[in-house]
Amino acid sequence: MKAAVLVFPGINRERDMARAFESVTGEKPAMVWHTETELPAGVDVVAVPGGFSYGDYLRCGAIAARSPIIDAVKRHAERGGYVLGVCNGFQIVTEIGLLPGALMRNASLKFVCKEVRLRVDNATTAFTSAYAPRQVIRCPIAHGEGNYFADAETLARLEGEGRVVFRYCDEAGEATEAANPNGSLNGIAGIVNARGNVLGMMPHPENLIEVLQGGVDGRGLFESLAKVA
Amino acid sequence: MKARVTVTLKNGVLDPQGKAIQGALKSLGFAGVDDVRQGKLIELELSTHDRVQAEADLTEMCEKLLANTVIENYRIELI
Repeated sequence: MKAAVLVFPGINRERDMARAFESVTGEKPAMVWHTETELPAGVDVVAVPGGFSYGDYLRCGAIAARSPIIDAVKRHAERGGYVLGVCNGFQIVTEIGLLPGALMRNASLKFVCKEVRLRVDNATTAFTSAYAPRQVIRCPIAHGEGNYFADAETLARLEGEGRVVFRYCDEAGEATEAANPNGSLNGIAGIVNARGNVLGMMPHPENLIEVLQGGVDGRGLFESLAKVA
Repeated sequence: MKARVTVTLKNGVLDPQGKAIQGALKSLGFAGVDDVRQGKLIELELSTHDRVQAEADLTEMCEKLLANTVIENYRIELI
């Protein structure tokens, strides 16, 4: 699998993301600067990492989403190539329009940095096939604007089509209000597009890859991608 | 030419910051504030003097960058 990790000014999780890909696939991803206009040839997966691109000015991810490299990312997605957006990357991918909805300020108004539980509500996607259906995994979050919003019609479509891939839950796998760290509608932590090749999520699976990090629950996502790409 | 773009959240979109401001006003003793919505005000200095052109440009700027039309409305004023 050939992966590319996009790099924007203010991004800070790009090396974590690259390391996660390398740890699982043994191959170093290409780091692609935002002013490039083409992706390296043969890229299967484009990862949009977390951080604070352009200092979150205007709206989180808004300015990064208008970078020169983005047209190439759109073409990659249209060809069926995989796109993974994590945290700020999720915000960027929604701002590009590759995923519906928007990420708003956390309902608590606080930046939340902690470990949460996620339930894999769709284990049939290219990003989650290494997990069991409804498996509960641990995953770190670190964001101030992860409150997923979409209009009622979009939300119904996402739910109806099984496109809510990850949902915040408690240890027993119940998606309770108390387990929802940011006020996201229906406890949504990650969604996929209709075609199934673009995934966005607020939690950081790339930060739970090695035993030294306290667990390997995030590996499944990268292992899933390695099976298809 | 000066222009002013006002970006506000659409109806039905929860505004936690507005709620916090409302709570703060209440705690300061301002009774009767039924709702608060926070938005953004963007002031621009345009080189054109053609109002029609300016409005067309500003609309494109709003659609492409200044507003996220999934959650926000925008209003353009030429001053």
